[in-house]
Amino acid sequence: MTTVSDPPKASFQLSQLIYDTRYRSYTFQFIALMLLVALMAYLGANLVRNLAEQGQNIAFGFLAEPSGYDINQRPIEYDSQSSHMRASIVGVLNTLIVAFLGCITATLFGVTAGILRLSPNWLVRKLMAFYVEAFRNVPVLIWILIIFTIMTAVLPAPSAFRGEDSPSSMLFGSFAFTNRGVYTPAPIWGPGSVVVVLTFLASIFGVFYYRRYATKLLYDTGKLIPTGWPSLVILFVPTILIYFILGRPIGLDYPALAGFNFQGGIHIRGSLIALWFALAIYTGAFIAENVRAGIQAVSKGQTEAAASLGMRPRRIMNLVILPQALRVIIPPLISQYLNLTKNSSLAIAVGYMDVTGTLGGITLNQTGRAIECVLMLMLFYLTISLAISAVMNVYNNAIALKER
Amino acid sequence: MKRTVFLGALTVAGVAAGASAAATLDDVKARGKLNCGVTTGLVGFAAPDANGVWEGFDVAVCRAVAAAVLGDPTAVEFVPTTGKTRFTALASGEIDMLARNTTWTFSRDTDLKFEFVGVNYYDGQGFMVPKALGVSSAKELDGATVCIQTGTTTELNLADFFRKNNINYEPVPIETNAEGQQQYLAGACDTYTTDASGLAATRAAFENPTEHVILPEIVSKEPLGPLVRHGDNEWGDIVRWTLNALISAEELGVTSANVEEMASSPTNSPEINRLLGTEGNLGEMIGLEADWAKRAIAVGGNYGEVFERNIGENTPIGLARGLNAQWTDGGILYSPPFR
Repeated sequence: MTTVSDPPKASFQLSQLIYDTRYRSYTFQFIALMLLVALMAYLGANLVRNLAEQGQNIAFGFLAEPSGYDINQRPIEYDSQSSHMRASIVGVLNTLIVAFLGCITATLFGVTAGILRLSPNWLVRKLMAFYVEAFRNVPVLIWILIIFTIMTAVLPAPSAFRGEDSPSSMLFGSFAFTNRGVYTPAPIWGPGSVVVVLTFLASIFGVFYYRRYATKLLYDTGKLIPTGWPSLVILFVPTILIYFILGRPIGLDYPALAGFNFQGGIHIRGSLIALWFALAIYTGAFIAENVRAGIQAVSKGQTEAAASLGMRPRRIMNLVILPQALRVIIPPLISQYLNLTKNSSLAIAVGYMDVTGTLGGITLNQTGRAIECVLMLMLFYLTISLAISAVMNVYNNAIALKER
Repeated sequence: MKRTVFLGALTVAGVAAGASAAATLDDVKARGKLNCGVTTGLVGFAAPDANGVWEGFDVAVCRAVAAAVLGDPTAVEFVPTTGKTRFTALASGEIDMLARNTTWTFSRDTDLKFEFVGVNYYDGQGFMVPKALGVSSAKELDGATVCIQTGTTTELNLADFFRKNNINYEPVPIETNAEGQQQYLAGACDTYTTDASGLAATRAAFENPTEHVILPEIVSKEPLGPLVRHGDNEWGDIVRWTLNALISAEELGVTSANVEEMASSPTNSPEINRLLGTEGNLGEMIGLEADWAKRAIAVGGNYGEVFERNIGENTPIGLARGLNAQWTDGGILYSPPFR
């Protein structure tokens, strides 16, 4: 007799939630989630009740009121009659400026130092090790203060540039390094300057197109055409030609000492420089370690195999090692960028008006709306961190190992 | 870090509600110490001396309150606060009172839920510039770089002053007075602005005080005084009347030298007797012992003595009494009667 077993009934018992390994993890995760929600709800209710007892409430109406204070670095139009909201936006932009500059510079420092740490030259190797250890192991706030203090103490005040035989003079007559920051010439956009800018943008695309064509040619026909100097030619020659054909539409506004300060040109404030440089050099030390780790993660056999194919060390690094190392480097690099962005909230130490300085500093102080301001700050940093993370993850996916 | 701040804010709110409900006087007595918020260091107003003992004009108020409440002027825990942290420290109950040259303003009194108990110094915002700059009026400061302590009323006054006079400036926000001093001396800013008394105190600490001038313009009213939290009126009364006791003592001629003698037996002035507790029951009304005011005055003398010793004309700070003279001497210092 053949036994025909019944197909198992799709029955579900409550005990399965704990004993069945298929469901167990979900059960516990659900319980943990509920507990977390309950804790947050308790803290939130506690906050609202305590505020009510003090006769206060959570309201964001203050954001529309005039701020009443001035900000030195204003990427957008702003004065003391603008609203607190606008002051916050100025702060946000200032944060983004220093974060953007910092990330780029930190990457440059980090990649250079990381590669040089593996240099066969003993002196270079040790110097880079010293850089990494010195900057990684001192808090970034200290570096910000050190750089700012050195700038204020060493560089001359603007008044030192006054008079015929002044103790200080401007570099090339156009750059002034003072203890209030660096003054550089600013471009004046004349009629026709749009064309020049558009030409330059088109040239950038041209370079990309040319390089893609060169790669394709190499793969299809095995013919190697140079990419270095033609790229430079494509990038600059058309722009320069158009610039002179149109009769030099972009002029320069030179800074000049007038009154108490230099007027005209672009003023890069000492606070921005100190913050930018400190963040870049501090985070760069961490990135250097990431880069070194990434390179060392690529097996030595790869180098040897490439060398036995007759490749030169420089090509081995660019074509064999780095593309593989990048897969290891990018994920920790993302968190370094996030760290740098968040560390920029130390800006107030040197009086740089980032969002922590405007919204979380002066606005919070003058309105007394601490909870609201801190909530908005959290929201901002969360948004910007997630955005950086998202962009970098897209890049990470693009270079990730493609299994064919 | 962000979450910590949030939880911290929640905790602060929780503690604040707890603290304001309880009676501060009982807390202070149970603790045996008064927690008093002061500046992080402003010579003459509140700064530790060479032995680490806090002294100064604001510190004297703290010590007088401690003497009145606890009978011991040294039973004070001084909590240094910056312009930014001072209100949170007070609202959270970390300190019992704040004596940190804080300007009495409408919004701080009402919106921030504090109670200013009086004015111990009538001040106004001024500008200090190096003599070498050749500036004689604040209105000549067009285009100047101005160092300013962030989170203070001076920041708003500054914006108003320059807007009213239609001139430009570049603000350099700084966190503490020490930083401001460093920036100013390095020439990173052309002028330093804060309360005129604070400027005088800062200048006194310079190597060459005579090379700097305080410009004649006073651009704001800055009544500075001690403050407590809303909601505990008994405690507010104690701080208010301790300050008034010091002011009245000067008016009535009670000094640190003669307070013991005057308090030992009733004098022929009923108001002095009421103040020093030899007549009537004012101490009982305020919830303290009968000789509370005597103890407060005995610490450092009356208001005039405290002023002269810490910031008066014979000190390096060298402030004249000016508005802060007794109303009988042409000033506006005026204590309500002890009755």
